[in-house]
Amino acid sequence: MKAKIHVTLKSGILDPQGRAIQQSLATLGFSTVNDVRVGKFLEIELGDTDHTQAESQLKAMCEKLLANTIIEDYRYEIETSNPSTTP
Amino acid sequence: MNFGVLVFPGSNCDHDCAHAVSEGLGEDVQLIWHQETLVEGIDAVIVPGGFSYGDYLRTGAIAQFSPIMEALKLFAAKGGLVLGICNGFQILLEVGLLPGVMMRNRDLSFICEDVYVKVENAATPFTNACQSGQILKLPIAHAEGNYYTDPVTLSSLQANAQVVFRYCTADGQVTPEANPNGSLDNIAGIRNAAGNVLGIMPHPERCAETVLGNQDGLLLFRSMVDAFTGVHTS
Repeated sequence: MKAKIHVTLKSGILDPQGRAIQQSLATLGFSTVNDVRVGKFLEIELGDTDHTQAESQLKAMCEKLLANTIIEDYRYEIETSNPSTTP
Repeated sequence: MNFGVLVFPGSNCDHDCAHAVSEGLGEDVQLIWHQETLVEGIDAVIVPGGFSYGDYLRTGAIAQFSPIMEALKLFAAKGGLVLGICNGFQILLEVGLLPGVMMRNRDLSFICEDVYVKVENAATPFTNACQSGQILKLPIAHAEGNYYTDPVTLSSLQANAQVVFRYCTADGQVTPEANPNGSLDNIAGIRNAAGNVLGIMPHPERCAETVLGNQDGLLLFRSMVDAFTGVHTS
């Protein structure tokens, strides 16, 4: 079972990296870009586990280590590799 | 007095800290590898600067789960003196011994220069050899020193005199221009509510002897020795 985790700065927290990228994009001519927020993307191979267990594990991982919840939000998607569930 | 200096993979100010307390003050010091699980016979612990675990994920994020950190939490809970410098400060924030978080510097750059800080609270075990309001010249060397916390925590830090050092001009004005990294309220160093844990971004160990042209940093280590030996009872 695979999970994809996104860790992003909370809205309202200044993102100087995002601002620098936005300015750079404007220099390149992408002047309609209003805002850029930089985050982290993690892919985690969970091994054999059921969906509920995976979810509680992922939540604990994010809270304890992967995100600093003072300034960061996280969200995750669980990908089931079972071929019968894919159309 | 026995100092312990923690050593993580990527610590690079551990020997400087040990040198400052042993050569500068003649105190005993030992290095403590992060895989150790005890801080026995130690009177004060220094968590040094560097790039523990290569700053992977976030500064201090991986180091917070090193085996030694459980022992350090216990040591701090019993009132032991803990000084975190630069990356050590970042680790103390991640592990929750101090409140808040370090973000990337406002201008994104790694800043390596001398700055001035004002001693806002001289009644701590880390500053009792200083005068209240004294201005120290200390070097900073970091990319993530932009301190942030929520407004409620900031108010309580201010109300309890937990803001110990603030960035200032050479003549002691705490202004936005004197703030090198965008740190909230010009914060350069804070202590915990109990008063026995301090985090500071500038490097006192890099200016703790005459040959380096500046001894201001030695005041912090001397304060710790004085606090321990009872010279100052604050």
